[in-house]
Amino acid sequence: MITRFPRSVMIALVCLLGGGTARADYALNLTQGVTSISREAYRLHMLALWVCVVIAIIVFGAMAWSMYHHRKSRGAVAATFHDNTKVEIVWSILPFLVLVGLAIPATTALIAMHDTSNADLTIKITGQQWSWRYDYLKEDIGFVSNLDEKSAAAAKLGSGVDPRSVEHYLLNVDKPVVVPVGKKVRFLLNASDVIHSWWLPDLGFKKDAIPGFVNEIWARIEKPGTYRGQCTELCGVGHGFMPIVLIAMSEPDYQAWLAGQRAAAAKAKAGADRVWTREELLSKGAEVYTKTCAACHLPGGEGIPGTFKALKGSPVVKGPLAEHIDRVMNGKPGTAMPPFAAQLDDADIAAVITHERNAWGNNMGDLVQPAQIKAARK
Amino acid sequence: MTEIALPQHHEHEHPSGITRWLFTTNHKDIGTLYLLFAVSMLFIGGSFAMVVRLELFQPGLQFVSPHFFNQMTTMHALVMIFGAVMPAFVGLANWMIPMMIGAPDMALPRLNNWSFWLLPFAFTLLLSTLFMPGGAPSGGWTMYPPLVLQTGMAFPFLIFAVHLMGISSVMGAINVITTVFNMRAPGMTYHKLPLFVWTWVVTAFLLIAAMPVLAGAVTMLLTDKYFGTSFFNAAGGGDPVMFQHVFWFFGHPEVYIMILPAFGIVSQIVPTFARKPLFGYTSMIYAVASIAFLSFIVWAHHMFTVGMPLAGELFFMYSTVLIAVPTGVKVFNWVATMWRGSMSFETPMLWALCFIILFSIGGFSGLMLGLAPADFQYQDTYFVVAHFHYVLVTGAVFAIIAGVYFWLPKWTGRMYDERLGKLHFWLSTISVNLLFFPQHFLGLAGMPRRIPDYAVQYAEWNMLSSIGAFLFGASQLIFVYVVVRAMSGHGEKATDQVWEGARGLEWTLSSPPPYHSFNEPPKVP
Repeated sequence: MITRFPRSVMIALVCLLGGGTARADYALNLTQGVTSISREAYRLHMLALWVCVVIAIIVFGAMAWSMYHHRKSRGAVAATFHDNTKVEIVWSILPFLVLVGLAIPATTALIAMHDTSNADLTIKITGQQWSWRYDYLKEDIGFVSNLDEKSAAAAKLGSGVDPRSVEHYLLNVDKPVVVPVGKKVRFLLNASDVIHSWWLPDLGFKKDAIPGFVNEIWARIEKPGTYRGQCTELCGVGHGFMPIVLIAMSEPDYQAWLAGQRAAAAKAKAGADRVWTREELLSKGAEVYTKTCAACHLPGGEGIPGTFKALKGSPVVKGPLAEHIDRVMNGKPGTAMPPFAAQLDDADIAAVITHERNAWGNNMGDLVQPAQIKAARK
Repeated sequence: MTEIALPQHHEHEHPSGITRWLFTTNHKDIGTLYLLFAVSMLFIGGSFAMVVRLELFQPGLQFVSPHFFNQMTTMHALVMIFGAVMPAFVGLANWMIPMMIGAPDMALPRLNNWSFWLLPFAFTLLLSTLFMPGGAPSGGWTMYPPLVLQTGMAFPFLIFAVHLMGISSVMGAINVITTVFNMRAPGMTYHKLPLFVWTWVVTAFLLIAAMPVLAGAVTMLLTDKYFGTSFFNAAGGGDPVMFQHVFWFFGHPEVYIMILPAFGIVSQIVPTFARKPLFGYTSMIYAVASIAFLSFIVWAHHMFTVGMPLAGELFFMYSTVLIAVPTGVKVFNWVATMWRGSMSFETPMLWALCFIILFSIGGFSGLMLGLAPADFQYQDTYFVVAHFHYVLVTGAVFAIIAGVYFWLPKWTGRMYDERLGKLHFWLSTISVNLLFFPQHFLGLAGMPRRIPDYAVQYAEWNMLSSIGAFLFGASQLIFVYVVVRAMSGHGEKATDQVWEGARGLEWTLSSPPPYHSFNEPPKVP
């Protein structure tokens, strides 16, 4: 029992280390983060932790004292008292007062978190199995942010790749979300299939992304930098593989980034309007498939029996084209197959369908052009 | 094994062989069945946890696919909660309540038989899903839609298994309440009931109130999946968050269903080995009752991040932290019971003291989690995993083990091996802290729960945690050996009183007690 004591020492150590500056690459304590919300959360966390440490020292100290001094082997004779109303009232009221002391700063922090008014810009975040889509409202920019390819390749079962050799393993994406520093950014959260949860520890909160709901939360980031987080609501087999990366940059840099995004969007649109060759479609399709479909349907298209349908030899893939396009764009309600119409652009959908119809011995031979998808969208 | 409950002087014929166990209406036989069932589920659920910790031993996926990993976390929780912890407490209740209140048996013996025998069927349904195409349920034991609706063939098996477990629990609860209300020996007033009986009565009311809510929630899932309803489907006008509200309206009382009887066990053990009456008997009962009441108005603290209105978050934060008051009263009372006692540290006492300390640590992290703005950081991270394993493993499971060591000599008539008991205790205590304490750090550093693979900065603590897990799992084999040894009639003969400081009707019976505990109402001192 005496070995229990180091526990409080350990907690104290944690606090000291957490309060310090540089550490090894692992961390023991919550981050202080880069927003007023995250600092409040950190302060409240430390306050509660210290309150617990003090109570632990008192209670466990009394236990240890008693265990040492009131032992039968030391010849202790048991007293016979079995209640004391005064003491019992005191130790009911004192903890209550401590709780009030904790609840006051918690209440203030909570009220501040709920104030999403007067935002400078709004970003809509959509959780989907298993990536995040970001839409900059009023800017007409939107993109999907996937786990980066290096992490994805290393994270395959038995890949043989040492995760330590991958930079920011599982915490890196192909397209990070970008925000300006010093501006109040409002995030609207929503999901297209199951519930996800968007968490950046440095911003000081997580918020669920729920189909059919719009949740809101805000952040005013004080320091430029790259901040990393993960989905924190179990959302299926890819739950551990949908990280969040946010880059906060100065206003001019942000404006330049916006301009770049607009130009890229225009280019993609032009790409979707032309006729693609078979080779272009197949190579683009394989790429889209790996990124978007392979998590469920597996790289070889064999699926997981009973859960995710096989595409190899599938009646939909080998059936009429219109039905196949419909399935990819609109999903199948009641199953895990989500609609991809909003997630992928015309060229992506055309390419991936072409790929599916010609891979794994499906050999349908047909080509789908972006124009057909554009038509199907109407 | 059949010797355990053999009567010293039985008048009635008493079936032997398999039919004794199949048709038994005896509270001791049924108690034994429950406990044996619980320990086998402990090992099955534990082996799932070993798979989880094995995969998390290192970053990268080495052993299982994410799909199978999710099945393991889901099944681990379902099996441990509904198969190990809850049946273990019902087993202890069956064995001890009639003996403690001076009754010959439980009030409803046939119901008792049925409520046990539903369980093997329920868990056959549940475990069979592991062998189905598409595998076992993998959407988490919380079964949140829409994710759970993506479950394949396992889905109806999951729902019906939950239904059966619920029916079993509710019948067990009815039996406990009926027994305590009607079968007490003359003079055994409510103010004389042992704390274990009191906590179980309160638990039984929680079960009756909570389990049907779970049954309702999963039935709505079933109709959403197969009959075109849209209770939880936003596209059909339903509300996926409503499931969470309904689920946690069951789920939070469920947490206390798994800890209140543990409080009862510890309240029996500490006075026995401190050789001093329990401090604050009445306040203990009021504390249990207030915890039970509060458990129904705190549910949404499990879902602070779903986006509730400010007023809702404030209400659930205040009511949640308020639970610290009655819980604190209980801990203070235990410490005051020890104070100026004459303590000795046999194995049951070691487990009970360890329970008080480690459960308190789980309580501390619970208080921290209750503060909503901090919870926005902790929610769904390993900090939560550490928290609920401190209250469930070093809380509920440690109390169950303490209770088994405490009562085993009474049940079997044989003392367990004290040396092995202590070895089991020290190995378990060291390894369980190695297993769960680092998970606090992992959570605070940002590792989400329920992920099969993690970023490399979490590698060190995960490896340590996994080593702790393997040691903790292996240590439980000692427990099995100790129990089997006593059950098979080895070891020193136990006296009737067993422990020097033991007080209460159960210790006036022979060890092992007669088949029908009290045929004549005993005199209550």
